Parts: sequence; C-alpha cells; structure tokens
Amino acid sequence: MATVTATAPDTRTFAGTAWSWITTVDHKRIAVLYLVTSLAFFMLGGLEALLMRLQLATPEADVVSAERFTELFTMHGTTMVFLALMPLSAAFFNLLVPLMIGARDVAFPRLNALSYWIYLFGGIFMNISFVAGGAPNAGWFGYAPLTDTAFEATHAIDFWAFGLQILGVSSILASINFIVTIINMRAPGMTLNRMPMFVWMSMITAFLIIFAFPAITIGLVLLIFDRYIETSFFIPEGGGDPVLWQHLFWVFGHPEVYILILPAMGIVSEILPTYSRKPLFGYAVVAYSGAAIALVGFGVWTHHMFTVGLGPIADTAFAISTMAIAVPTGVKIFNWIATLYGGSISFKSPMLFAVGMVSMFIIGGLSGVMLGSPPIDAQVQDTYFVVAHLHYVLFGGTVFGLFGGIYHWFPKFTGRFMHDGWGKVHWLLMLIGFNLTFLPQHMLGIDGMPRRVHTYAADMGFDLWNMMSTVGSLMIGFSFLIFIINALRSIRHGEPSGSDPWDGGTLEWTIPSPPPVYNFAEIPVVDGRYPAWDIKRGGGHTGAVATAPEADAEADEPDIHMPNPSYWPIVMAAGMVLAACGLIFHQAFILLGAVLFAISLIGWIEEPAA
Amino acid sequence: MTADAHAHHEEHHSSTGLDNRKLGMWAFLGSETMFFGSLILVMLINKHNTLGGPGQEVLDLVLTSFTTFVLLTSSLAMVLSLAAFRNGSLLWGRIWLGMVMLMGLIFLGGQVYEFTEFVTHKHLTPSTNLFGASFYTLVGFHGAHVGIGVLWLGTVLAYSWRGRFQPGMDMWGIELVGLYWHFVDLVWVAIFTLIYLI
Repeated sequence: MATVTATAPDTRTFAGTAWSWITTVDHKRIAVLYLVTSLAFFMLGGLEALLMRLQLATPEADVVSAERFTELFTMHGTTMVFLALMPLSAAFFNLLVPLMIGARDVAFPRLNALSYWIYLFGGIFMNISFVAGGAPNAGWFGYAPLTDTAFEATHAIDFWAFGLQILGVSSILASINFIVTIINMRAPGMTLNRMPMFVWMSMITAFLIIFAFPAITIGLVLLIFDRYIETSFFIPEGGGDPVLWQHLFWVFGHPEVYILILPAMGIVSEILPTYSRKPLFGYAVVAYSGAAIALVGFGVWTHHMFTVGLGPIADTAFAISTMAIAVPTGVKIFNWIATLYGGSISFKSPMLFAVGMVSMFIIGGLSGVMLGSPPIDAQVQDTYFVVAHLHYVLFGGTVFGLFGGIYHWFPKFTGRFMHDGWGKVHWLLMLIGFNLTFLPQHMLGIDGMPRRVHTYAADMGFDLWNMMSTVGSLMIGFSFLIFIINALRSIRHGEPSGSDPWDGGTLEWTIPSPPPVYNFAEIPVVDGRYPAWDIKRGGGHTGAVATAPEADAEADEPDIHMPNPSYWPIVMAAGMVLAACGLIFHQAFILLGAVLFAISLIGWIEEPAA
Repeated sequence: MTADAHAHHEEHHSSTGLDNRKLGMWAFLGSETMFFGSLILVMLINKHNTLGGPGQEVLDLVLTSFTTFVLLTSSLAMVLSLAAFRNGSLLWGRIWLGMVMLMGLIFLGGQVYEFTEFVTHKHLTPSTNLFGASFYTLVGFHGAHVGIGVLWLGTVLAYSWRGRFQPGMDMWGIELVGLYWHFVDLVWVAIFTLIYLI
C-alpha cells in the first residue's frame, strides 16, 4: 500500500537496477522494455533485409546461398511482423493507453509483464534456430506442404511453429489486458466518444488480436501434429488439404495486417491535430471507420488466395469485400487531410513522419486496390509487385507512423527532446531511401521478377531496378543509424522538454515528463475530447481537470496505491518457453518448464496482488 | 491488503461497474470461441474424410449421451454452488462445487474410455485418417479444457478452507471459474450436436 514499493529495489547498484526492471509491473517501464526489444529485433530484421538486397543487387551474385536466402526472407517477414512492429505498437499501448484514459496502470499489471517476457523469450527462441541447425525457411506464411517433414526434416519449421504459438499467447494476453483497461479503467467523464483516437485504435487492434490469433493457433497445432504425431491435415497423400492451411493462415493473416496498421493510424490521428493545432476532423467517423476496417478485415482473406483456384464466385465476392475496405480507409485519409486543412501547421519531425505515413500509405492503398482485382492479381501474384505493395503499407504506413510516434512521445518517456534537425534528416533519408527501394519493385513485379528467388539472370532487364532498390535499402539502414544515435544521445543530452512541449490536447500532457509511477496524483475528470486543451484555453468547456470525488476522500492519504513488483511473470514466461524448447531439444526441458510454470502459477496466485 | 478488499477497490473504479477480472474472462472466452470455432470447422471439413477406414459410425451415442447429460447437469450444480456461497452456506457451496468436479471427472472418464476403445478396438488413431485426427484434436482439446476446469474448481474448493468465499465476501473467484465452466459446457453442446448427432 505504498507508492514507493514499486521502485523499492536499490537502483544505485547494477544488480538492483536490473532486478527492478526484471520485476517491474509498471506499464511505463514495460513500455520501455517493449520499445528497446522491438527496436533491436527491427534492426535484426533490417539486417536480414540488407543481406537479401546485397544478394540481389547484381545478377547471379553469390553473397548468400539459396538456402540461406530462404531463411532470410522467412525470418525477415516473421521478425518484422511478430517481433518488431507488433511489439513496437505494444510499446505505445503500454505507454499511452493508461495515460490517455487517466488511469494509474493497466487492469492486470503482472499479466502485462508476463506478456512482455513471453514475447522476449519467444523472440530469442525463434532466433536460436540460426545457430541450432537452420532457421525457418518456408516463408512467413509457411505454406504447406513446404512445412511438411517430407520437405523439411530438420527442426527449422518447429522453431517457427512453436515460436509463433508462444508469441500468440503473449499477444492474446496483452490484448485481453488492454481491452479490460480501456473499457473499464477510464477516468470519470472519459466516455468512449471522448477517448483519444489512439485509444480507439488500440482497442480495435486488441479485439482484432483476440479474434484473429486463434485461427493461426489452430493452424499451427495441426501443423505440429502433422510433424510430430503423423497426422496428415495438410498432406494430400493422407487425404489432407494444403489449402486448408492457407485458409487458416489468412483468416488470421489478413486481420493481422490491420493489427499492424491500426496503431499507426491511431498515432497519426494524434500527431496531425497536435501540429495543426486543430481537433481531429470527423472524430466519430474516423473511429467508426477503424471499426469498419476491422470488421470487414475478417471477410477478405482469400484475396491472398486468388490464384489457388477457388472459383469465380469466391474470387468475385472477396474482390468486392476487398475493394469495399478501401472505403473506410479512404474516409480516414480524407479526414486526416481535412484535419490539416486550415490548420496552423508546424513541421516538426513527428509531423513530417505523420504526413509521410499518410502519403506513402495512399500509394500502398492504391496498389492494394489493384491487387484486389483477381485478373491483375493473377498477373502479378508472387512477383515483386506484391512485395512493393506490402512494404508501402507496412513500411510506408506502419513504420513511418510508429517512428513519428517515437519522436512525438520521446519527451514524455524521457523528459527530453530528440534532436529535431537530425530527426528531419532521418525522415528525409528514410523517405527517399524507402521510395528508392520499393518504387522500382513495382516495375520489377510488372516485368515478372518473382519474389523469394535468390538470384536472376543478367539479360532479363532486372539489373537497374534491383541496383536502385539495393541503394535505397542501404539509405534506409543509414537513416536508422542516425535515428539510433540521435535517440541514444538525446536520452542524456537532449534539450529538456518540460511536461507539454507540443501543446498536446490529451491527458498525458497534463502530467510531468517522465510521468511519476502513479501517473496522476489526482484522477482527472474529463468532459471533452481534448481535455488538456480545455484546461489551457480555459474556454468552451466548464471543466478544467478536477479532482475525482473518490480521490477527494483519500486526499489526506499521501500514499497512492500501486501494485507491487513481481518476479513471477518472468519465471512463468521462462517455464513456457523452456517447455517449447523441450519439444525440440530434449524432453527433460518439458518437465523443467512444466515445473517452473506450476511453481510460478502457485506463486502468482498466492502473491498479494497489491 | 487482502485480495477481496482489492476486488472492491477495483470494482469501485471500473467504468462499466463490471469487475476487471470478469471482463477479462469474457474477452478470453471470446477468443476461445474462435479457437473452438476453427477446430469445429476443421472437424466438419474432415467428417467424412476416412480413406475407407473407421469413420463417424464408431461414435458411441449411448455412452456420449450419458456423459453429455452429466456435463450439462454440472452447469446446474455450478449455479447452485455459487448461489449457496452467496447465501452464506459454505457447506452446500462446497458440496455443489464437489459435485461439479465429480461430474467433470465422470465426463473425462467417459472420454478416456471412448478414446481407449477407439484406439484398441476400432483401430482409429490420429494417424489412421483425417476423421480420426480431427476428432482426437477437437475432442481432446475440449477434454483438456474440462480437465483444467476440474483442477481450477479444486483450487477454488481448497481456497474455501483458506478464508475465502466466507459469508459476505466477494465471490469473483467462483464466478470466474463458473463462467469458464459454462463456456466449456456450451462448446460441448456444439460439438455433440455437430459431430455426434448430425
């Protein structure tokens, strides 16, 4: 029952500091853990991409072998989707959701820590494969029958399958946590219709995760059974159907791309109003269009399977639903543009990234509508056109949006600015590098260069585009280095930012930077969509942020009730991942993992929750 | 601070008036519907995929109807247990909770018997054909859920001797396992209808 318990370990020593991070249940510190870990995996996935680009820079190059190349594109996709971008979004959920809704923490702080540790160990587990006999090599969507033991007898696919299962558990637990937090822990007056748009998009993303992940969980279970107990769910010889895998994967996989883009859309919906000094245009429509994207997103999955041969009726139906999804997406884009219109715009680096996100995402959206047409899709299926499209939405969209978020909320994390000039250099280099990398890939795709092939002959007309693409990718890598150096330097030497450097409108800008452990000394009362602007402008609304009635009653009590740190989350996560190791290395690990899990479960239940 | 006081604390602050843990359980069960939905779909796809081997005809309707009846009745016992605890009757609460566990175990016993019978006498294993593979996967996962439910009920029962669920206290511990248990029952209704009856 004490404020200080959460920071009790002696942080003057290294061991004390490490212990305080290992046992932390504070959503802000977990956000930092997510941020640092996901950026590390982002760098790893980026290096994998650079190796592939070096291999493809010139025809018939020999930088990596064909076998290594398949591992690289598989792990690049898997790493970027599951280990870099989703957790980077999770870093923002963790930092921002409680602050934006006026809560002191998430609903289940220990569960939150558990989600993080499962993610970290799961990510390490999957990457161990590189030094344990071969990395996963069947593509990030692991099509059957490539994943069958007949074609991959090593444990490469097992690492992938168990790794994704582990990461799925982490995502589902985190999503349950954020759904409950957002629905149940809003400050008085924070109705759904007043929630910041980022919180709306977080909630929709969380719902997408809990409903989409079970499909891949089942798919992976069946795959593991095929590999371990000789069932034949996806093996034609035993009556199985490889297309079933595709359905199960893409029923998950298509919502997954909205899981990746919606948080970035939420971030942009916060950045644009702040730097235009105008409320978000069409708030309700932006929120509902997010929900519409999520809903329709469950009904478009076979557009990934147009060339499978599901028949003209299925193809037509899914082409229609696919194109229909462009409507709510377009609604968002027009609302963002209308937010800018007439605004008093300042082009700080977060704003540049946000504008970059909107414009690059439009290009990706347009090629998406093209791919949504079955005849066009049949022409460019499995070519670089698809690679170009998906990078315009996931890099041009998600990565730009998330980086904008980092620049925007860095002062809130640290109390210091990131250097704005270098931020702009990062933005410009990344924008040019990104377009140089992926714009030519449209041409490559139309010219017929297949994706996932480790080299090409010299006389096919691919040389120039490939060389451009490789130069661009190196520019992206270089811009990321600038970002890292800028961030590391700014943590210690950045200009102090104060609590509200951007004149923000949402609740997190009403508290100090970095926020105190308990976030809000008094729980705020909200009566508008931009409570911080209301306080600062004074007019329009009656309500400044007032003291909640229940906080009033406790006003004499100096201590704010915060959850205690706990080491059970990390132990439980270790138990789960050890058990997965047991299915690959030695069965003794299963027993060890199960024992650890059981002990931590008992410890978890017995531990006083607060 | 005791866990019950903590529950009060959280209920006090929740925007909807629902306890956080209950809302979390609802979200989890929402996710579980997709989990079992996918499994049931795989089963339906492979229902007649027998490669000439044993298929739906091996299912023993008499036995499974009985265990289904027992499992569904256990939901009634679950409700009665919560009601008894709420009315301050620890004794009846424990008795009904024990009944739920017993009925869950009878259901599991029926399933173990069924599986053994299929493997030894009907020569149906997961690798025989996809009917078998899908059947064992679906029914096995459901059985695992029942098994976890029984363990959880046992934990709740044990805690009733450790100062929890006393008259006047918060009952979220029982409500949570109750939600889970009813859900697992409901899933079985779908499985029994779609796989055994149709």
